[in-house]
Parts: sequence; C-alpha cells; structure tokens
Amino acid sequence: MHDVLTTCVYCGCGCGLYLHVEDGLVCGSQPSRHHPVSRDNLCVKGWHIHESVNHPDRLTTPLIRKNGVLTPATWEEALDFTAQQLGRIRDQHTGKAIGVLTSAKCTNEENYLLQKFARTALGTNNVDHCARL
Amino acid sequence: MTNSINEIENAEVILVSGSNTTEAHPQVARRMLAAVDRGARLIVIDPRRTRLAECAHLHLPLKPGTDIPLLNAMMRVLLDEGLADDLFIEMRTENFLALRDMLNRLDLEETAALTGVPLPLIRQAAQLYGRARKAVICYCLGITQHVCGTENVQTIANLAMLAGQIEKEDTGVDPLRGQNNVQGACDMGALPNMLPSYQGVHNEDYREKFERAWGMRLPEATGLSLVEMTHGGPQGPIRGMYIMGENPMLSDPTLNKVEETLRGLDFLAVSDIFLTETAQLAQVVFPAACFAEKSGTFTNSERRVQMVRQATQPPGECRADSEIIMELSARLGYAMKYGSSGEVMEEIALLSPIYGGMYHDRLEQGWGLQWPCWDRNHPGTPFLHKYYFTRGRGHFMPAGHTAPGEAPDQEYPLLLMTGRIYHQYHTGTMTRKSERLTRECDHAVLQINPTDAKGLCLRQGEPVRLLSRRGEITLAASITDQVASGMVYTTFHFHEAPINQLTNDAFDSGSRCPEYKVCAVRVAKVAP
Repeated sequence: MHDVLTTCVYCGCGCGLYLHVEDGLVCGSQPSRHHPVSRDNLCVKGWHIHESVNHPDRLTTPLIRKNGVLTPATWEEALDFTAQQLGRIRDQHTGKAIGVLTSAKCTNEENYLLQKFARTALGTNNVDHCARL
Repeated sequence: MTNSINEIENAEVILVSGSNTTEAHPQVARRMLAAVDRGARLIVIDPRRTRLAECAHLHLPLKPGTDIPLLNAMMRVLLDEGLADDLFIEMRTENFLALRDMLNRLDLEETAALTGVPLPLIRQAAQLYGRARKAVICYCLGITQHVCGTENVQTIANLAMLAGQIEKEDTGVDPLRGQNNVQGACDMGALPNMLPSYQGVHNEDYREKFERAWGMRLPEATGLSLVEMTHGGPQGPIRGMYIMGENPMLSDPTLNKVEETLRGLDFLAVSDIFLTETAQLAQVVFPAACFAEKSGTFTNSERRVQMVRQATQPPGECRADSEIIMELSARLGYAMKYGSSGEVMEEIALLSPIYGGMYHDRLEQGWGLQWPCWDRNHPGTPFLHKYYFTRGRGHFMPAGHTAPGEAPDQEYPLLLMTGRIYHQYHTGTMTRKSERLTRECDHAVLQINPTDAKGLCLRQGEPVRLLSRRGEITLAASITDQVASGMVYTTFHFHEAPINQLTNDAFDSGSRCPEYKVCAVRVAKVAP
C-alpha cells in the first residue's frame, strides 16, 4: 500500500489529505497532519472520499443516444459526433447558440481549457458554472 | 476570502451572516469555535437557530431578505456612538458622505422592526464589532442568494470599511466558497463576462492580449449566464450545450423550466463520472476521470492554489476532461496541445496576473500558494487589501431595502429557505454513492416550527406535501424550533425531493444569482 498526498474534492475549505492506494485502488483516506487547513482533521465526507471513486455506478464508456436510448459507443464515434453537432450549430447559428458549463469540481487547468475552447473553437462567451448555486 | 482560514482563529470578534458553517464549511467552523474557546465573541445573523447560532454570544434571527436594513442599522449605531474608524475612512475610502447621509436619514426603530430583530440586540452586535481590535465577517450563500445579493455584499463591505475592520491580519471580509474549486473556476474565466484572472471581455486591451496568445479573434459581447442558458425554454437562444461535471437538473431554480430547455436543445453533450439527472437527457455522455485519477490544481476559499495528484488509473475507458476538450477542439479546427496539466498552468501564469507565479514546480513544494502571486519569486498573499484596495480607494455603496421576489401570501403562507447538510454534498452525485454517508442521512426533511406543525396536525417524520406556484414535492416533516413560525427549511441534495422544482427563478440582476433563500410555499398533509 502507498499514500498519495492530494486535495479534498468536496467543499471550499480545501483540506490536504492522503489517499491510501492498494492494488491500484483508492481504499481510504487520512488527513495531513501539517496541512494548514486540515491540521490532522477531516470532516465525515473527507474520511469517506474513496467510496465514490470505486463505485460500481461509475461511467466507464462513452454513450450515444440511439433510438432514444443511451448506448455504449467508442470514443471516436462519441467525439466525432459531438464535434460534428457543435460545429453544425456554430456554423448555422454562430457561437451565440452554444452554451458551455464548466465545473467547480474540476481542476483549474480543465476549467481554463474549457473556457478557452468555448471562446476560440466555438466562438462564444456563453460560458459559466454553478458559482452562485 | 480576504483572510486565510487560520486567521479566523485569532480574531476577537467573528460576525457570521448567512452561513451554516458547521454543516457546510466544517474546517472554518472549527476555527470559529477555537476562537470562541480563546475568548472571542461570536455573532451569528441567521433566520434559523443553526448549531453555530447556539454557540454564539449573540444570535440575530432576522426575517429572510432583510440583511441590508440590519447591517444599515448596525452602521448607524457605529456612527451614533463614535465607533466609525475616521482615519481609515479618510485615508482609504471614498463616497463616505453618501453613506453617512443615507444612514442619518434612517429611522432606527423602523429599520429594526423591518428585520424583526430587537434594536438592543442590533446595538450590542454593532458595539462588539465596532470596538474589536480584530474582527472578521464570514458570509455565505445566505447573503448572495437574494434578488439584492450584490447590494447585500456591498453593504457588508460598507460595514467593514466603516469600522476599519479590513487590511490587517486576522481582520477582514470572508465569503466562504461552496465547491472545492468554485474559486478556481471563477479565477480561470469560466464566466460569461471575464477572461482568466478577472480581465473583462469587453476591455479591448485584455482581449487583444488573449487574442495574440490564442491566435484568433475573440467574441466581445458578454455571454449568457448559467440561469439564462438553462431557462431559455425550447425556443430559447441556445441550441446546443456542452456540460462538464455539473448537474443543473438538480441544482438550478425552477427545474421544470430547466428540463424543458435541455430537452428542447438540438444537441446536449455531458461529461461526468456518474450518469447524473442532467446526463440522462444528453445525446452524448463522456465518462470522465475523477479527482483521484488525474493531476492539476484546485483553488480553495482562501485563494490557496494546491496540487491534485493522480493516485490511480481511471476505470474502464474513462478519460480526463482535459483530454476530451483537446480532442474536441482539434476536431473543431482549433488545435490545443498540452503534454501535461503543468504545461496548461504555465499558460495560465503567463496570461493571468494574479496567478503570475503559480507554476507546478513551486506548488509541488509546501502547501501551495495564495493569490495574488505576481511572479515566480512572489511568496503569495495570505490576506488581501494591505495598504490599498485593488481598485485604489474602497468605495462606499449605500443601499436600501429591496423586498424579496416573492412574499408569503394567503395561498402560500410559509417562507421556504434552502441550504445544505453536513453528510451530503451539492446534488449528491458523489456523496449519495457512499454507503456510510447515506446511512447517516439519505432523505430530505422539511424543518417546520412546532406551532405551524400543530396547526396542520403533523407528527414528527410524517411525509408532507410541499407546494409552491411552480411545483410540488413530498418529503418528511422534521418538527423543530430551529426555524421560526412562518418559515420552513430543506436541502437540495436529494433527487427524490427535488426542491428546486419549487424555488423561484427571480435573480439578482448584477450577479445572476437566483433567490434560493426566499420563496412562498404551502405545506399540506399527504392524503391518507
């Protein structure tokens, strides 16, 4: 077993915690003793953070709606179809007809990339996230 | 937050407004209670008697939506009793006369009556806050989720500046951010009017800088905000959407409108780790890697940018969102190639002044850095506004009372507030997958005062119907005097009782924040 020091994914406190990893699976967590926020303490959500990581309900393959039903598809299919659809809307109605929601749960780098994608590839400032909710 | 979380522990007076801190920000609450143990005074402004309110020296149970009159009354007391910080006002602020004139015109008795809080209690709170050497104000969505959210925040800033409770260590104004990286998402320009680092899209110089870096013309007009996108209806301005890791089908107000809008789109793609209520409506769903399966950074509420490190491989065919975005972008004719999240951060540092010194190699050491961090040698900034405000002088913005978008009436006599609980998180996408958290709390309850419950002949735990002009849900009654008569309270975590079918989509015109803290409802017994 080994530990990986990372940052909690729940609230805005931003605790430093160690994820216990065994056989490639995250199987537990523990607060960092010296981290300025956690200081050897986690809330109940932080202590059980691993349970959602390994959950059997995790999505594991791309899905495309076929005949009204979400059906497993390959990455190529899903990416091509999405790009084609967004491209069509952009070309027909301009970027103003496309909305992009980024995520307050994703990393800074991912948020940066998605707003850049919206403003360049899609040509729209319709980009927001749930900051107010 | 203008302060660091640890500074709260050293404050002499802590004023908490519209924050259920023990439930929603446990680590911040821990600092508040530690401060109380050391002799600090705690003032809680909240319509409900929250756990923190029970620990407070003063609890001001105001009527929902009357934050501005309450804070104005406190400021008037500061003026009347000579507790305003004249030197600070003179040296660091502007527009004081407008605030003073507005306050002097107030009828204190009348204002206090509006809030429902006895005047002597308001006076005591003002004296405590005004006399402290070091005082912090912590606020949360109880302040912002109102039609007058922007004015509420400005009024808090007025109070802090009037008393000179800012610019020093352990002293300041601390909005507590909800999600782990809501601060970062804002910093990164995931906003319809801002490029990264709060550089406005309408400003030509900023836009030109990004146009040069990104190699193409950028749109000038402010985009649509989240509620505008999700409430446009089937004939709305939006035809296609890409949603990364969000669940508006549970988190947005007036859900029926959201569903109608999303179903009416020509195309919807969602990337998430679980098949959320929103993903169920999509044409394409991408399986995303979760936080333990990728690397990057999160920015917490105290502006601390910290590393997220990969601990394990993503299950099945899951990919990191960054990979998905790069693949899509290339297919749409705009190639973005980054070898690692560290490389993305380099670009962020070059274009965003407040992140100017944030490079992964630095963040890897120690506990991250707090912005603003202007360059590679800058040590980061534990507290803001030392010597000067970002805009120069602090500008007083006097505001008067604005009534909520919907008031209780004969048909819907109760006032509903929504919020969070300790064991669940946001729309429950993750926490409800945890067996232990579910064991602690797995269903929504409606807090209702014993008087109101008696009027309806309700028993503890009995299922009740909750109705508003926009919808109806069923949930269990929890009879408690934590809420006053005439008010009810519940959470938005549970898809079985989607409270946002009931909430009002009136929103603040400045911040586009919906009014989750006030709407009119009726409680009815479930027919036997």
